Amino acid sequence: MILQALALTLRLAVLVSAILMAIGLPLGYWLASSRWRGKFLVEAVVALPIVLPPTVLGFYVLAAIGPLSPIGRWYHSITGGSLAFTFRGLVVGSVLYSLPFAVQPIAAGFASVDRKLLQASATLGASDWRTFWRIVLPLGISGVLTGFVLCFAHTLGEFGVVLMIGGNIPGATQTVSILIYDQVQALNYAVANQIALSLLVVCFVLLTFLYALRRDGRWGLWGRQ
Amino acid sequence: MGAAVSGATTTDSAGELMVHVQKRLAASTKGGSGFALEVWFSAVAGFTVLFGASGAGKTTILDFVAGLQRPDSGRIAVGDLALYDSEQAVDVPARKRHIGYLFQSLALFPHMTGRQNIQYGLASVAIAERQSRTNEIAESFGVAGLLDRRPSEISGGERQRIALARALVTRPRTLLLDEPMTALDAVTKAKILDDLRRWNERHAVPILYVTHQREEVHALGDRVLVLEAGRLITEGTPHEVLSRPQFESVAQLAGFENIFECSVVASHPEQGTMTCRTEGTEVTLEAPLTRVAAGRIIRVGIRAGDILVATSQPSGLSARNVLAGSIISLRQQDVTVIAEVDCGAKFVVHLTPGACQSLSLRAGKPVWLVIKTYSCHVLQ
Repeated sequence: MILQALALTLRLAVLVSAILMAIGLPLGYWLASSRWRGKFLVEAVVALPIVLPPTVLGFYVLAAIGPLSPIGRWYHSITGGSLAFTFRGLVVGSVLYSLPFAVQPIAAGFASVDRKLLQASATLGASDWRTFWRIVLPLGISGVLTGFVLCFAHTLGEFGVVLMIGGNIPGATQTVSILIYDQVQALNYAVANQIALSLLVVCFVLLTFLYALRRDGRWGLWGRQ
Repeated sequence: MGAAVSGATTTDSAGELMVHVQKRLAASTKGGSGFALEVWFSAVAGFTVLFGASGAGKTTILDFVAGLQRPDSGRIAVGDLALYDSEQAVDVPARKRHIGYLFQSLALFPHMTGRQNIQYGLASVAIAERQSRTNEIAESFGVAGLLDRRPSEISGGERQRIALARALVTRPRTLLLDEPMTALDAVTKAKILDDLRRWNERHAVPILYVTHQREEVHALGDRVLVLEAGRLITEGTPHEVLSRPQFESVAQLAGFENIFECSVVASHPEQGTMTCRTEGTEVTLEAPLTRVAAGRIIRVGIRAGDILVATSQPSGLSARNVLAGSIISLRQQDVTVIAEVDCGAKFVVHLTPGACQSLSLRAGKPVWLVIKTYSCHVLQ
């Protein structure tokens, strides 16, 4: 039971982190480099999950992916299934919920790259694509790593959104944090403690890894010091 | 004083750079009020120095040429090839302009070695040629031994050389240099410039060199354009522009420590001089004759190093200006003693420490200042 929940949680965190990297790299790059006037609107939307109570987010996501909503019906017409109370629905909700934890550090990492370097790259004939992979990404990598670890850890520990859109179905949507809650409700404090401790250790190891990477300063990954 | 300087220079060099651009600059960017940048010049192979105070628009012009900023209108071309032409809606993106640009900060890629930096612009070149060109340029700029080090592991002068090599290995149509040598000592600077000159003897591209340091203008040589508040106000050889400045702004840049507002009291065409009285004082100066009516206000610039100091009243001199006064203060800066002397008007005089000692100058001591007529430059 514990292992099942732990495996499901890790699967969720890996999947959500991967999806958020795919979204976060271009979105973070755009936020760091765009001079569009309406950019603040996008920034506000991206930051919304930080301040929004998870239950509010979960409620609206549930309403949006429910079988009566346009999205729910469209999904049903394609796959024949439903997003609500499934693992896939959980992924959708978690991606939205962890979005700012990936995008904001990535955008900050990219924004810290000296604009002159990008201009130098352009005058040397490099396309925007090449500039991104050769200059922006390597120099902003600490922001990307931070974004990855934060959204991974954040997805591991989320509770409210998962409860709202996933329910509590062992093997499908029952994550570790919900299992802990279940065990406490059932007065199984010893089991709850084991699971809670394992989650604590995982989060601690992740953060230790992150800060150890960043310890040597901005160029820590390349410096020879 | 036309804004358009030398638009009509004709040479048959294919790679001549032609710049004629306008742009309204926003007030907020420099804090002061906004101004319109409008310049028209051409640059042939060799050094062309863009000289002016900070905020005059020098870097903006380089950015226009490189394609990093866009002017409101105009035309930029190298030879027959238009890089920007507002009338024909041409605006070649920076990465396709093939212009070498050495930024003030150098902008070397900190995570790459010297070799990787140099080869960055050679992505489309075959590997064998990429290697040979890298070695060749590293050889000519004396950085062959530094290719495996990162920018943080080499000295400022070496970084400079790597950055130059990175820009030149792509064989650009034009080279832009934005105050690249400001942080370097004179010897290092001179060596790097020699290497750059040697490189350009073979490749003969226009080199636009931006600076606000007059020593660099003299050192670089060929031609200088003076920019003030977005306009080219004068051009010529460094000697023409800086030794006989006609504009007060140039005079200040060119090191005229003494600038006086004077009214013309009398002209002496037979002597080739005119008498001017500095405003608010009774001090009169004999300046070279210019066609200015008596009573008009002019500005006279005198270099601090062109003024002689005597401790007794001199006689039998050709110099027309001998002014009695007393020393207000003395202050040594490097190998120059800067004296402030009150002769009714306040003069700044530069002396060597040796001269200061042998005359036993000190504050309060009465002195005579001797100024040749031709050391009084009438500015416009």
